[in-house]
Amino acid sequence: MPQSELAVEARGLVKHFKSRRSVTRAVDGIDLDVPRGAVYSVLGPNGAGKTTAVRMLATLLRPDAGTARVLGHDVVQDADAVRTCVGLTGQYASVDEDLTGLENLVMLARLYGFKGARARRRCLDLLGAFGLEDAGGRQVKTYSGGMRRRIDLAASLVMSPEVLFLDEPTTGLDPRSRNQVWDIVRVLVADGATVLLTTQYLEEADQLADRIAVIDHGKVIAEGTAADLKRSVGRGAVELRVADTARRAEAIGIVGRVLGADATAAADPYGLSARVPEGSEHSVAQLLPALADAGITVPEFSLGQPSLDEVFLTLTGHTPDDAEGAGASRGPTTAGDDRETDDRAEVA
Amino acid sequence: MTASDQTDQADRTARTARADAPAPEGTATPDDHALRDAIALDRRPDRPSAVSSTLTFAWRALLKIKHVPEQLFDVTVTPVIFTLMFTYLFGGALAGSTEAYLQYLLPGILVQTVLFTTVYTGYTMNTDITKGVFDRFRSLPIWRPAPIVGALLGDTVRYTIASVVTIALGLLLGFRPDGGVVGVVLAVLLLLVFAFALSWIFTILGLVLRSPNAVMGVSMMVLMPLTFASNIFVDPTTMPDVLQGFVDVNPVSHLTTAARGLMSGTAGVDDVTWALVAAVVLTAVLAPITMRLYRNRS
Repeated sequence: MPQSELAVEARGLVKHFKSRRSVTRAVDGIDLDVPRGAVYSVLGPNGAGKTTAVRMLATLLRPDAGTARVLGHDVVQDADAVRTCVGLTGQYASVDEDLTGLENLVMLARLYGFKGARARRRCLDLLGAFGLEDAGGRQVKTYSGGMRRRIDLAASLVMSPEVLFLDEPTTGLDPRSRNQVWDIVRVLVADGATVLLTTQYLEEADQLADRIAVIDHGKVIAEGTAADLKRSVGRGAVELRVADTARRAEAIGIVGRVLGADATAAADPYGLSARVPEGSEHSVAQLLPALADAGITVPEFSLGQPSLDEVFLTLTGHTPDDAEGAGASRGPTTAGDDRETDDRAEVA
Repeated sequence: MTASDQTDQADRTARTARADAPAPEGTATPDDHALRDAIALDRRPDRPSAVSSTLTFAWRALLKIKHVPEQLFDVTVTPVIFTLMFTYLFGGALAGSTEAYLQYLLPGILVQTVLFTTVYTGYTMNTDITKGVFDRFRSLPIWRPAPIVGALLGDTVRYTIASVVTIALGLLLGFRPDGGVVGVVLAVLLLLVFAFALSWIFTILGLVLRSPNAVMGVSMMVLMPLTFASNIFVDPTTMPDVLQGFVDVNPVSHLTTAARGLMSGTAGVDDVTWALVAAVVLTAVLAPITMRLYRNRS
């Protein structure tokens, strides 16, 4: 087996879908370098080309141009070698709903070459590890959304793939099921697997991924760690609340002086915030002592990096949920995003 | 050992710290160690043979029949309705007596029943595609035609059930095949071979069309002329010339003549050969097209 430092290596990958009238440039020249043992996230809005890219890497689609290698095997020339070492979980549960959970796994185990008792034993272990031992004898169509996603993940792990492709693994899941999927991904990677996951949730990429490729309209528009991407838009911001609204103006003055930047009052009569300018990260630590010296009580203080929402907006000119990038809808969409993030924070 | 345990412990602590919501009481959060043990693999098994993969898919088709026995409803009820309707509604008018007509009709109804059942092949395949199961199969390192050939093999069970129901009803109503058990069994075997070959039409439709219902609709449009414009129900000598021309080249006519011959013990080699050749040609032409569509599906 050819050795390679990269688990996945794509160069100039292109896939265009032609219909009678138009050509959809689903993937329009993508380069990817996924290091072994990493969680790599392909982040983009609906229709950005994420699924098409993953389907090419998993040998389900033939690229129109460009090359891709998985663990050194070419996805076109050496497709069967790729298939032996990758697992795939699609956007939709790709298990047979009419069969039971156990039957689904046993079928796959046999197709991978496990025989008789060994196949069954392995599948029972997997069901147990995924908390599905009681549901193993039931038809998958009776499963809840979270259980389906887990049986689907278990199905991808029957062969212990070295590279696992997860196409939007948490889309449509409730926060609890989503956390379970995240935990599974972390265990797999801690165990040496490489995971390439696509997502339209910035939070998910932020939580899980070692590196992120942001794609939009079939092209990679940014690549790096979550921190890299955030840095590209600024150093973050401090937000604080004062106990006494009468002293807010004074606090704004102090914060502005310490950070060397303009602090602004928030809509909340007790709140204020300020961007941390380049080069004054060290001043942040002096904020609280300075306020305390002035006798201003600060019950809430937070220092946040810019969210990936902001990153996406800066890079693409539109927010992730706004696939067409219509500038006019930017305001309302951003507001919607904030609400969604708030909801999640509450549930979590 | 101790060192690795410590590392594990550290990993777990790190993960717990990172996870933003501890799972509530009673939820099945996968246990890290159970998961590690479950996916640990000391030795990769050898890849299964083409035959073994195909049989696994046939097994899947049988499991589906076991879990969704309703799908056999059509297969068992349709032949009963058709046999009763044609025998008692038209039999007297067409052949002078219902008994005489049954002798003529039953092998034909058997052919029609089995051919109608082949539609399900395309239907289930299209369902697999729309649900995403086929993506999983296509991502496996197996003999490429295995999912399709396996499904076709599994379907022969359905054809057999349909045949048994039809023949049993016929015997009950007074059908007496002169060819005996051997003749009847040979006729059914010939039908199974032909049905397997004809199924490739429906695998193609299953791969090309967008929804299972579209597959059903188009398949019926293919099957209606094939079965009705044949010698299944009536002797074609009373038909207009143009129609007779079609009936004569229709492989279903030859299949029906062969099945009648086998069941009555008067089979001509011609018709049996004709039906078998048609089956081989159908498979040789349609199977590669199916596989090409299957490989290049986007």
